[in-house]
Amino acid sequence: MAQWTMIQAITNALDLELGSDERVLVFGEDVGHNGGVFRATDGLQNKYGKDRVFDTPLAESGIAGLANGLATQGFRPVAEIQFFGFVFEAFDQIASQAARMRYRSNGAYSCPIVYRAPFGGGVRTPEMHADSLEGLFVQSPGLKVVIPSNPYDAKGMLISAIRDDDPVLFLEHMKLYRSMRQEVPEESYTVPLGQAVVAREGKDITIVTYGAMVHTALKAADEWAKAKGVQAEVIDLRTVSPIDLDTIVTSIKKTHRAIVLQEAQRSAGAGAEIVAQIAEHAIFYLEAPVLRVSPPDTVYPFGLIEDEWLPSQNQVIRGLEKVMSL
Amino acid sequence: MSTAVQDPTVPYMQILSPEGKVVNSDLLPKLSDDALRELMHRMVFTRIWDQRAVRLTRQGKLGFYAPVAGQEGSMIGSEYATNKEDFIVPGYRDVPQCVWHGWPLHQAFLYSRGHQLGGQMPKDVHVMMPQIIIGAQIVQTPGIALAFKLKGEKRVAITYTGDGGTSQGDFYEGMNFAGALHLPAVFIVQNNQFAISVPVELQTAAKTLAQKATAAGIPGVQVDGMDVLAMYVATKQAVDRARNGDGPSMIEAITFRYGPHTMSGDDPTRYRTKEVESEWEQRDPLIRFRTYLEGRQLWTKEDEDRVVEEAKDAVNDALKKADEAPKMTIPDLIDSMFKELPSDLVRQREEFSAQEGM
Repeated sequence: MAQWTMIQAITNALDLELGSDERVLVFGEDVGHNGGVFRATDGLQNKYGKDRVFDTPLAESGIAGLANGLATQGFRPVAEIQFFGFVFEAFDQIASQAARMRYRSNGAYSCPIVYRAPFGGGVRTPEMHADSLEGLFVQSPGLKVVIPSNPYDAKGMLISAIRDDDPVLFLEHMKLYRSMRQEVPEESYTVPLGQAVVAREGKDITIVTYGAMVHTALKAADEWAKAKGVQAEVIDLRTVSPIDLDTIVTSIKKTHRAIVLQEAQRSAGAGAEIVAQIAEHAIFYLEAPVLRVSPPDTVYPFGLIEDEWLPSQNQVIRGLEKVMSL
Repeated sequence: MSTAVQDPTVPYMQILSPEGKVVNSDLLPKLSDDALRELMHRMVFTRIWDQRAVRLTRQGKLGFYAPVAGQEGSMIGSEYATNKEDFIVPGYRDVPQCVWHGWPLHQAFLYSRGHQLGGQMPKDVHVMMPQIIIGAQIVQTPGIALAFKLKGEKRVAITYTGDGGTSQGDFYEGMNFAGALHLPAVFIVQNNQFAISVPVELQTAAKTLAQKATAAGIPGVQVDGMDVLAMYVATKQAVDRARNGDGPSMIEAITFRYGPHTMSGDDPTRYRTKEVESEWEQRDPLIRFRTYLEGRQLWTKEDEDRVVEEAKDAVNDALKKADEAPKMTIPDLIDSMFKELPSDLVRQREEFSAQEGM
């Protein structure tokens, strides 16, 4: 089996879907001839032509609006927002327009769109590129929000997202694009949206997380197990909206303790929603309060301080120790 | 108050003077007598329906309503230049174009009331639900037009906004996308002089709104929007151009709304004078076209009376039909968020279904 990076897995998913469904279109800024600023669409225009894979003018609202119009006429657009930090320009078209198309028309029109966008910290991007803005969309009804943590899931979930009949935000952590390789089947397969996975089994405490933080959690759990012999279970949410509550509750019934780890700022995001769900559905299984490990409630910082801002392995361990001590 | 701020860089189209005289016979469309009568029929029908709708809104029988009187020329003339297969992407006031394009009147009433069945367009009606966010429809229009182009269908997407809409970034983005991708799209701006209360002079330093097309590299034309024939001709030219693969264009229709912005509390006396209103009423699209048709013995008092009765009956029938729509429920609302409900919404659906009976 091929050892692929996440970028290769994403390109391959787009390639397969373009090849198997002529309704699929791929477009955005620099995605055509240039193959995308991260080369996620490399070679696709040559293979499928300029009608299927193309550059658009530089305007995010225009890109998202184009996707909406195409989707209402039966296409399955995969629109790239070059960096997720630019998504505010397209917010209306995504959250106000695409997300309520089915409702406003009582099903006469729908928006089976995938908005792909790179995001995530630790790679020294300029300002307003790296922000974890998923919480804004978790709060927006009518959207699904997917954040894969590895190449295998990225491919399978992107294919699922393209085949989904409703709008999906597919967020690709920049640090994961090329930092790991994984065995990825060359043929088509799907990984379902809305299903978390246990990335590491453990009996003592649950870490609920997603995206690049899955790897931080895994390292922290391994190190902590070696040092203290305490076993943390790591849940990779994979989809932050809708949240897979069953997997979380099943784990907490076993461990009775949990922390939520996210790269986004602390307040009112996906992590807050997870804690609320745990409070509603699993509080009687808990032996300690649920803690959020996250950066502080500030804007995403400049590059020279971002490593200190992002949750570290040590911060995760401190969080685990705190909850275990209660 | 200016009417058409004419600019030598922008063509201006007028066929009938406010007195109903042909001032530009070169532009006269080759429409049959029946077609000319149909234009009048539609304008009279729309005027009566608008008057009834205003009253029904005051009585609480309709919900959100944006009056259209004064704009029948630009609305009816432009829509009449489209084919049924063409796609209308309207702003919130553009309900008449949608209805004449096939949106059943009772559904327009349901939409006004805020009923979900209002926007459920029948399969053969090529209309988007009226847009509330100013300019949002303009960036969706290139997507619809691109779909037609990619499918090789000879169809055109026609979108509408107002003078205020041209200040939105989306207005430029939409025109620019259509120009850059060479799409079969038509952008119609109904410049009715006020965006709620703000006059055009405060929207822009541009002398005309039509010249904004120039920046997107597409043709722009200014039209007397109170002249239904000029609106028909200008739109027909733009639609034909788009259908023939020659790209998008933009039309600025100079017009006026006689009524308030909407029936939700706007008071036009706060921002415009009686003099201005009566000045515009002298250019009324119905009076002008009626005079023209009467001069050609194509319209009589009997015709007028017949359409008035027909419109009243149609409004009553539509109202009855709208009343028959089932009450909306929270579970229905939840069901229409996704094709397949995520498990958490399934749980919420159960929770709110249980409350339905309370």
